[in-house]
Amino acid sequence: MFIFWFYLLLLQNVLHILHFSYFSLLFSLVQCLNILNYQHSLSELIPTIKFRHCCLLRNQRCITAYLYDRLLRIRALRWEYGSVLPTTIRFHMCAEELEWFNQYKKSLATYMRSLGGDEGLDITQDMKPPKSLYIEVRCLKDHGEFEIDDGTVILLKKNSQHFLPRWKCEQLIRQGVLEHVMS
Amino acid sequence: MSYMPVSPGVGMEENFLSLDDILLSQERLPCKTDTEFPGLGFLEKNADSRHIPEGTKMEMPLWLAKGLYERKRRVISVELPKVYREGWRTVFGADANVVDLHKMGPYYYGLGSQMLHFDSPENLEIAQTVLQTFIGRFRRTMDSSQNAYNEDTSMLVERLDCLERALFRQGQSGLNGFQLWEKGRAAQLTASSLVTNYRKRKITDLQA
Repeated sequence: MFIFWFYLLLLQNVLHILHFSYFSLLFSLVQCLNILNYQHSLSELIPTIKFRHCCLLRNQRCITAYLYDRLLRIRALRWEYGSVLPTTIRFHMCAEELEWFNQYKKSLATYMRSLGGDEGLDITQDMKPPKSLYIEVRCLKDHGEFEIDDGTVILLKKNSQHFLPRWKCEQLIRQGVLEHVMS
Repeated sequence: MSYMPVSPGVGMEENFLSLDDILLSQERLPCKTDTEFPGLGFLEKNADSRHIPEGTKMEMPLWLAKGLYERKRRVISVELPKVYREGWRTVFGADANVVDLHKMGPYYYGLGSQMLHFDSPENLEIAQTVLQTFIGRFRRTMDSSQNAYNEDTSMLVERLDCLERALFRQGQSGLNGFQLWEKGRAAQLTASSLVTNYRKRKITDLQA
């Protein structure tokens, strides 16, 4: 709901902010007003100029806050969804945001590799403390075939239940494909 | 869970990037211009001139009032909204729990803190009233948030302002987490909230 309003502001005002320095703005405004026969001195026009400046600052603040909030959500996507985003979400991101996401992924991967000795530590796993190695899961929708470490292939059909290793399923549970069943 | 939005500022400071603070600064205040604003007559619906003359009474959003206000008082003077004046202050002094703070402007505490920027002679009383109101109401908010488990909370939340609602939500999430832990469900892996919300929205798009 709020997002739509902010996005509209973005479309209407982005050029204003990015391409005018304060002095050219001042000068052009004074020129405009004098052409329209106001003939005021600069000191008399200052309240109007201040007014306009406040409006521009407001637009800038709204736009920046909106873009920053988007970035925070994209960052959360890496932690909640994994490194590969579905195409529907990617469709809604602009090129710079995709670029940012890739850079963030790389930084996170570098950091994870630097922990825990030679092999690194995947800190996006085990977000809740694990209680057992294998867990019971139920499939919420068709996901096709799924291979686990010892080579067995499992067909994930809707409503089928399986007993699978925790670390393989965590990603799919977070994405909403599987459901963790507790007895 | 991993989405941590920018929280609103504390006291007289606003956080530039906080969406809550941006919505707060959209609240309107009654003001009076102390100088002429040439060329801006189109903002005031009077068929008069092309300027806003000195002494016009208009309503400005907080962000504009803060931007234009100067201590030497040349530009605008800001009046206090009803809720922060003498009459309402005595009401809050008598019993703070009775007032419907959501109706009195949903940002009572936030706006009250921001009004202190405008150097009113009643600043001290405003600050004290806002503080005492919060102290008076806090106990009830905390109690209700910690004891309303798995029920409809709309009646409890109705009369709270935005700051109190945020506190209420935090209390509720703490309570829910504790109850999950008590039931032994704390180790249950769940789908991420971003995913479930996205999926819900997609279905409504298809139906629309």
